[in-house]
Amino acid sequence: MKILVCIKQVPDMESKFKIDSENKWYDSADLAWRMNEYDEYGVEQAVRLKEQVKDADLTVLCIGPDKVKETMKKALAMGCDRGVHLVDDAISAKDPFTVASIIAEFARDKDFQYIFTGMQSQDRGSAQVGVLVAEMLSLPCITTIVDFEYTEGKVTTRRELEGGVKAVVSVSGPAVFTCQLGLNTPRYPTLPNIMKAKKKELLSIPVEEIVQVENKLQTEKIAYPEKKGTGLILEGDAGELADQLISILKEKTGVLA
Amino acid sequence: MKALLIAEYKDGEILGSYAELIGFAGRLGAESAMFLVGNKDNLPQYDGRLYLADVASCGEFDPDGHKQLLLETIEKENPDVIVFSHSSYGWDLAPRIAFAVGAAQVSEVVEIVDGNYIVPACNAKLQRTVKSGTEKCVITLQAGAFSLPDDPTGTPEVIEMNCSPAARVEFSGYEQAEQGGVDLSKSEIIVSAGRGIGKPENVTLIADLAEALGGDYGASRPVVDSEWVEHNRQVGTTGQSVAPKLYMACGISGAIQHLAGMKKSDFIVAINTDKDAPIGEVADVLVVADLKQFVPLLTEKIKSL
Repeated sequence: MKILVCIKQVPDMESKFKIDSENKWYDSADLAWRMNEYDEYGVEQAVRLKEQVKDADLTVLCIGPDKVKETMKKALAMGCDRGVHLVDDAISAKDPFTVASIIAEFARDKDFQYIFTGMQSQDRGSAQVGVLVAEMLSLPCITTIVDFEYTEGKVTTRRELEGGVKAVVSVSGPAVFTCQLGLNTPRYPTLPNIMKAKKKELLSIPVEEIVQVENKLQTEKIAYPEKKGTGLILEGDAGELADQLISILKEKTGVLA
Repeated sequence: MKALLIAEYKDGEILGSYAELIGFAGRLGAESAMFLVGNKDNLPQYDGRLYLADVASCGEFDPDGHKQLLLETIEKENPDVIVFSHSSYGWDLAPRIAFAVGAAQVSEVVEIVDGNYIVPACNAKLQRTVKSGTEKCVITLQAGAFSLPDDPTGTPEVIEMNCSPAARVEFSGYEQAEQGGVDLSKSEIIVSAGRGIGKPENVTLIADLAEALGGDYGASRPVVDSEWVEHNRQVGTTGQSVAPKLYMACGISGAIQHLAGMKKSDFIVAINTDKDAPIGEVADVLVVADLKQFVPLLTEKIKSL
């Protein structure tokens, strides 16, 4: 069984974001980078599936500049067998259609039985790439999964809907799944596995050799959201802050009255 | 400008979010038609053409089947913009439609300015202004961004559609949220723990403060996903929606999905080390402090009142 998991490298969302000089995206300097959180669940699920079926080959794919290799090494240390780095220094300017086209073109004719992606990235949050890859490859796709059970060629998933409701949906492969938070508990790579990962294949292919398509969306500009909050901001000594807050609660809410 | 609005039906009911689609079409000044896989006995209040396929024969979740019906509707209506809610149904179906009609898709639109769409990025710390490069455009709307002040009115002109379920995937029903535990929707005071609590042991800090205030404690999604707090205490889109007299968000940055579940609270206090956290947008009071230090102090002072 051939399995593909697609990951993205994103900045830590707790970062202070600065706008880049072209006013089109965030400045990538001075940020801490990590694996997109949704994709971690995808990697974990792919590794679990490989462990379950035993005879499987698991490829992790990532598009981006050289520094994404660091994030790919984590996926390899979590248990992926090989990495494919599609080298693209301009990935941040590409829209979901273009990103999906690159992945689909790479995956076409490679007989992946199951493809996992995060349901969205933490920075763009478009929730489009996984579904578009499925459409481009004419594969069924189940989105927003929070549960995955594989039994003899059939996968039963639970899709997360609003209000804590889940839909039970099954599919036979090949298929694409987009992974929601809470699908599983992603493992921490152990030191021996980190060492082993260093010897695993990590193939780099210039993205121009895969496919070249035009974006369907243009970013006109990026800005900080206008601050609408008119709330009170309290700063200073913790003890004094607690007293101030108690006075406010008494005055405004009646909670401590 | 013509808009096709995609209403949703779940578990036997049409969802009220269709009103926001109407609100959006109004903002665009667009002529609109609506699409629904639903039921004749449960129609939207809508003054326009409604393309209706019967859910009993089409299935509530059949992406391929719904896609086919939608493509037929698009063929008839030739809309410029195809509008979904940014929901589990919308984000599943929208990219399929965008790809099929060769359109750009803009996800989670919060505003329109000069024909361009505004969308959040990086946990709403940034806002992008994007422009569609295609003749047709598929969009999904952030919940609440285009609400109508009043309930919509009207009786639709129903155009019935027949489907042939495609079903490459098999939908076998719903599982409801876990029952039992605490019903936060009835709580008057809620203290919620976010990722900023750092480790599971710190849940007790939040629970103690809730107890001192005579309320209940809740949590944001990351805390529940880490299994530090049980799911039935989760506040947000995929958890409970709450509207207490007092909501205290401790170490919660304010992801859109969390805000959607708690912003109707009467009075909101946020405790966060990050002065710029999005939770500050809805908080009446933002206490800039380390909750691990501040919360126990506050609890002690409240207890000694």
